[in-house]
Order: sequence, then structure tokens, then C-alpha cells
Amino acid sequence: MNDIFSNPVLAKALPEAIVETLQMVGISAFFTVLVGLPLGVFLHVTAPGGLRPMPVTNRIMSDVIVNITRSIPFAILMVALIPLARLLTGTSLGPIAASVSLSIGTIPFFARLVETCLRDVHHGKIDAAQVMGSTKMQVINKVMLRESLPALVAATTTTVVTLVGYSAMAGLVGGGGLGKLAYNYGFQRFDVTVMIVTIVLIIVLVQVIQLVGEQIARSLDHR
Amino acid sequence: MITVTDLRKVYRQGKKEVVALDGVTLSVPKGSIHGIIGHSGAGKSTLVRCLTLLDRPTSGSVSIDGTELSSVRDSEIRAARRRIGMVFQHANLMDSRTAAGNVAHPLELVKTPKDKIRAKVADLLSLVGLEGFENAYPSQLSGGQRQRVGIARALAAEPDVLLCDEPTSALDPATTDEILDLIQDLTKRLQLTVLIITHEMNVVKRVCDSVSLLSKGRIIEHGALKDVAGDLESKLAKALLPLPASEPLKGALQGGPVLEILFAGDNAKEPVLTGVARHFDIDLNVLAGSVETLGGQQFGHLRVQLAENADYDAVLAYLHQRGIGAKLAGTKTTASDAVDLDAVDLDDADLDKTQLGDAAGRNS
Repeated sequence: MNDIFSNPVLAKALPEAIVETLQMVGISAFFTVLVGLPLGVFLHVTAPGGLRPMPVTNRIMSDVIVNITRSIPFAILMVALIPLARLLTGTSLGPIAASVSLSIGTIPFFARLVETCLRDVHHGKIDAAQVMGSTKMQVINKVMLRESLPALVAATTTTVVTLVGYSAMAGLVGGGGLGKLAYNYGFQRFDVTVMIVTIVLIIVLVQVIQLVGEQIARSLDHR
Repeated sequence: MITVTDLRKVYRQGKKEVVALDGVTLSVPKGSIHGIIGHSGAGKSTLVRCLTLLDRPTSGSVSIDGTELSSVRDSEIRAARRRIGMVFQHANLMDSRTAAGNVAHPLELVKTPKDKIRAKVADLLSLVGLEGFENAYPSQLSGGQRQRVGIARALAAEPDVLLCDEPTSALDPATTDEILDLIQDLTKRLQLTVLIITHEMNVVKRVCDSVSLLSKGRIIEHGALKDVAGDLESKLAKALLPLPASEPLKGALQGGPVLEILFAGDNAKEPVLTGVARHFDIDLNVLAGSVETLGGQQFGHLRVQLAENADYDAVLAYLHQRGIGAKLAGTKTTASDAVDLDAVDLDDADLDKTQLGDAAGRNS
């Protein structure tokens, strides 16, 4: 136990690593929802039989962009996107630069989850909203998104948890954070204490995200 | 008043064309309830979707008080839809909204001020008998209460027409009666024009003033309830006043002709059978019968067997003279042939026999 507090790595590098991990997860979660949610809505609404069918555009978005991005393993996508990160953030190192590839990696994943959530909204509700004279935007906002909100919160929780895992990977290629700490000290220097502490911290982080997400989803669910 | 004229809807399925509605014409006056009854696959759902403009009809028109709905431009379609309030089979309420929130939904869409919404919602909820349930979520309400919220929501935009799509098919018999009473009461109070689409004859019997029989995309019979019920030849009458299957009695009257008799209105009060017995000095026996009050009139549908030697032509003439529907249902005497009641064959009407009375099911 004494080891944990006297370990110089933990004392000096750990707080910084925690902040970096939270930054990566926070920033990329923000952009994932910001872009992924509208993308998911678009995929659902433009699908055949949807609110505003656009077969060709939907095909291109769905098959080409989302499926191709999702089929590239994240470790490879991350490295491949380093030039883009440098272009956008001016650097290829640090949590901010890593957030670029993290966001791009999880946006299609989240968009697919959103699409599934919206598909689960009973069609009768959409008919009812249309019959009462809703515009398409009103159907999307007041029915699709509102009725699937508990499911959307659950999807966001899943995505953020995934992001924690990806952020550890991103740490290895310059992102920093707990992943880098565990790799540099725990793996390369055989510092078992650092390894255990980072693992425990990541587990705690994931548990907290899951718990908070479930609580919010439950409080929103009136079914 | 809603008028539907020669409404056609053709769907394309690959290269095949499916005619879902084949020239539907009907008209429902203000303040009355019209039932559209039909088997599943008869085109009921398509008719609903065309009336609410969820689907555009291929041709024909739908108009309310002379205002054409079916040909409006896409930009005007939402205003047109608000003239029709719709009640769904499963209410289709928003789970994330309370009862009050659901009723407020149509009002929010047109940016009604908040205080006006609150007052209107309270009025509507008390109109459907749900005071005190403002803050209940649909999951906390019973099926009948959910349907009441659905009705209140349908009325929120003050529509001229209330379109009910199988409004009671998911409810138990007691709740069905409550909801039908409510619809009937609201029709009178608000002078609504109501269309009820259903497969349940019971719904038609209880509340409808007039009825149409939809089959294979066409209306094959229609009319005021008391008119169709009084017509011995109509399929609707057989469904409205079903007779159970019966075999000719063996014994005293064995071999006698079997007649079907339909009394309507005042005739139902006359002692016709004893009149026949006395006038012709013959014996007769009732094999089956059904007596109902439909559209405020009494109806009686009987199957009687006369004595073997009876002159049934004279009896029929006697009955017709008194304005009573009657016809020969069969003279066959052997048990194997039973009563030849092609009269109750509803097959070509494409109606579900079990839903429209047992007589059809057992005799065809």
C-alpha cells in the first residue's frame, strides 16, 4: 500500500494522465454526439420507407462512409488520421490531437446506434404526429428524438465507454493519458503498481460512466 | 359532412399493380356516425391512410364541407390534416408525455400560447372523463383510459371529422361499450362527423347511424342501419341479425317448408306468427330467431317451419302484403340436406364469418 503513495511516477504523472484521459474522452464524446446524432437521424429519415426517403444519398452515406469507416480497425484508423489531426489542431501529439481520430472513429458507430434507436420508435406514433399536422422537423424533434431519448442516452453511455477504451489505445500513439502511463511504466518498465493503479482507475471511470448513464436513462423512461 | 368520391388507390409491387381501393364513394352527414366494416385485406387501412392523406389516392377525391382535401399541395397538407382528428386502435400516445402533454401535442404544433393550451387541455380531459389524470403517463393508464386520451388528443385541433380506426378492437367488452358511448356522446355534443372503421359488427350495431360494407376495395352495400337491417337480401342484414344454424324439426312438422321472416320497425310489434297460424289454420314452429334494436328500431329475424301441407306461397303473399320481409329458405326434408340456407352465405362478401355471426360459419 505504501508503494502506491511513494511511487514517484504515480505522484507526478498520474494526475496529468487522468486529466488527459478525461480531456480525450470528453472532447471526442462531445463531437461524436454533435456529428453522430444528426448523421444517425439523417440515415434513418432518408432510408427507404422513412420520413423523407432519399435512396441514393442514403446508400452513399450508409454503405460508403459509415460502413467503410467502421470496417477499418481503430488502431489503423488512428495512425492513418494523424495527418488530419495535425492539419486541424496543428500538432499530432497530445489529447486534443488524439480527439480528432477518436471522434472520427466513433461517429459512425454512434450514428448506427442512433439509427437503431430511432427505428424502434413505433410507427403508429409517427403516423399520429403526422395526422395531427406535424412538420417533418416536428416529427423528428417531438416524436422520434423525444420518444427514443432513454435509448439515446443508453447509446451515448455505450459510446463513451467505448471511447475510454479507444483513448487508452490513442495514448500509445501520442495521445497521452492513462493508456500511455500504463504502457510506458507498467509494460515497458515492469512497474506493476502503475499498471494496477491505471487498470483500477479505468475500471472505476467506466463504472461511473455506466452508472450515471443508466440513472439518466431510467429517469427519462416512462414506458 | 365528409364526402368521398370514386376514391382509387393502386400500389405498385414490382411490376404488379395492386388495387387496394377500387372506386370508393361514400358520404357522411354532419352529426352522424358511419361505420365501415370489412374483412382484413378489404382495403380498410388503405382507406384510412388516404383519408388522412398519409397516402395520396391515385384518383378520386375526399372533401369536407365542400373543401377538397385530396388534391391540396404538399405545403397545405398539414392544415388539411388538422380538419380530421384520428383515433387509433392502440391510441398511439407518446410514452414520454403525460396525458395532458399528449393532448397538448397538436396544439403545440401551431404555437398556441401556453395558458390557452392549459385551459384547452383541462377542458378536453374533463370532456372525456379524465379529470385528475393530467400528470399520468400512458404506462400508468388502462387501455380504456389511454383511448380516452387518444380521443381528447384527436379533438384538440377542433376537427370537423373524427376518424376512428378500429377504436375498440384492443379493448375488453365493457371498456368497448364505454368508449363507444363516449364517441356517440361527443358526436352529438360537438356535432362531429364520425367515421368508424372496424371489423366488429357489434360496434356498428351499437353506435352507427349508417354503414358501408367494404370488400376487395369496393363498397358493396351501404345505407342507413335501419334500411340495410330491414332488407332480407342484404349481406349486412344477415350479419346484423345472425341466425344460428338449425335443422328442421323431426316430429309433427317434419318435411314442412322453412321460411325466413324479417320484421322491421312497427311490424316487429305485431303478432304476425299467430296471425299466420289463425288465418291459414296451420301449425308452425320457430327454428331460430334474433331480435335486436338497431338504429332506434326493433328488428326480428326468424326462421320458422310450417306444417308439411301448408301453402307457403300463400303464407309468403300474406306476409309481403303486411310489409314483412319473408322468403322460402328451404323445403328439403332429409336431415342430410338440412336447411338449404344459401341465404346466409357471406363468403363472397369476404367477411370473416366468426366475426359476423355464427350463422354464416356453420351454413356455408
